[in-house]
Amino acid sequence: MEPMAIVAIFVLAVFVGFEVVSKVSSTLHTPLMSGANAIHGVILVGAIIVADHSSTNLELGLSVAAIILATINMVGGFVVTDRMLEMFKGKGKERTKAPK
Amino acid sequence: MNRAIYDLIGLSAGVCFILALKGLSHPRTARRGNLIGALGATIATLVVFFYASEGSSLPLNNLGWILGAMVIGLLIGVPAARKVQMTQMPQLVALFNGVGGGAAALVAIVEYLRLGDGATVAEVVATVFTVIVGCVSFSGSIITFMKLQELMTTRPVVFPGGRFVIAGTLVSVLGCGGWVISALGTTPLLILAGLSLLFGVLFVLPVGGADVPIVISLLNAFTGLTVAASGYVLDSTLLIIAGTLVGASGTILTRLMAEAMGRSLFGTLFGAFTAKPQDVAVGGETRPVRSGSPDDVAILLNYARRVVIVPGFGLAVAQAQHTVRELADLLTAKGIDVAYGIHPVAGRMPGHMNVLLAEANVPYEQLAEMDEVNPTFPQTDVALIIGANDVVNPAAKNTPGCPIYGMPILDVSLAGNVIFLKRSMRPGFAGIENELLYDPKTTLLFGDAKASLTKVVGALKSL
Repeated sequence: MEPMAIVAIFVLAVFVGFEVVSKVSSTLHTPLMSGANAIHGVILVGAIIVADHSSTNLELGLSVAAIILATINMVGGFVVTDRMLEMFKGKGKERTKAPK
Repeated sequence: MNRAIYDLIGLSAGVCFILALKGLSHPRTARRGNLIGALGATIATLVVFFYASEGSSLPLNNLGWILGAMVIGLLIGVPAARKVQMTQMPQLVALFNGVGGGAAALVAIVEYLRLGDGATVAEVVATVFTVIVGCVSFSGSIITFMKLQELMTTRPVVFPGGRFVIAGTLVSVLGCGGWVISALGTTPLLILAGLSLLFGVLFVLPVGGADVPIVISLLNAFTGLTVAASGYVLDSTLLIIAGTLVGASGTILTRLMAEAMGRSLFGTLFGAFTAKPQDVAVGGETRPVRSGSPDDVAILLNYARRVVIVPGFGLAVAQAQHTVRELADLLTAKGIDVAYGIHPVAGRMPGHMNVLLAEANVPYEQLAEMDEVNPTFPQTDVALIIGANDVVNPAAKNTPGCPIYGMPILDVSLAGNVIFLKRSMRPGFAGIENELLYDPKTTLLFGDAKASLTKVVGALKSL
């Protein structure tokens, strides 16, 4: 890929990243951190790519380890975030039901 | 599948991640945001299986190994995430972050082994960056996990000349990185990985227990950047976008968290070196404290007009969120004004208490953030502190040099009476003695938070 295109993607992504979380109440800090943590689990994609490229046993062994770790990161991350947020949802429901 | 379609699908996954972070920033959309993120990750993972990168063909090589490894990851990750108790969630997030960093470092190492001399300088630089930061994130997260799980001391670990050792390690990590870039070779890279792992350990050891969440958030942002760097090496737009997003939002989040604690990031990371070590009296404490019975506590509460409940980690450990709600309902029924004073970092993670009390269906209106509740303490008759310590410790205001100095606290000492439900006289997570425990208007009720609360509820009912 063009080096300039990569720099452009990087810079724009930095600003989007700053912008989307600039105002978040402390209530949501933990779920947000956990959710962002799950997102970087997409390194799984990278792990699969290098496993595909692997030609020696060493490379394959390391990639398999990377896939296991990345899958734990990604899947575990989303599940645990959902569990945290489930509780918020229960509360939200009750609030909307309650007569104002 | 041709490259353009592959990249477009990758881009849509990237958009999912942006929407996920956006959604996670608002209470009403948070859960949907997380599901959108999961959808993006699923799309991104599936599409790799249908795209043959240069020099490769479909189906992917080593497909059996790849799928097998993913199944193992699922079998470990899902049960861990489902079974973990609410109290242990911070540790688990730290651990997940660590394995992510480890995965990024491994990916970079494998790609480096494969490219060998064919790698461009930019690729080698990106690889070196990924290996260093990924390894730091991995070993640093393991240490934070051990601190939170209390497998090791939660106090800052400082040894003589510590800062020189850390600085020395950092210099050798950077030097070794330069060596890899100039000399190329597997051995320098493995030495680099080892040094980086060591640096990660040294980097987190001096951080005090109460600051650990900030460090987790910082390491989380680090891992995001490593993912972006490996995206560059692997020529994957998606990894660059996703990694950068996490790196940027993680940095902001780290700053927000540090602000909530009234600390600078620098102070959090290096505070232990500049502060004078405090002698903490553990055990052998002979100063008198006033301990009361559940009946005493019930009477104090019964004749109050306004009660502020301050929950802390002890509440989470005892799983007492339902009992505390029962107590609050009982008091409200008696016409007593009840509020929960939530310190932003009560518990082991920002927002920990909100999650816990939400589980017990505590009415949202009763949860008051620190800035709201602090001005009301002079009109409060009883501040009921359940398993919290550091967040109400006046040392944060009047003892310069102590590890939590400068952290905003809940001013419970302004209330008419202060009641502590504690397991013992042990100091809190930050390891600092709390003067408030010896204050004449303080009553202590020792025991497990849930057992104590149940007794207080019983006593209150029979009044």
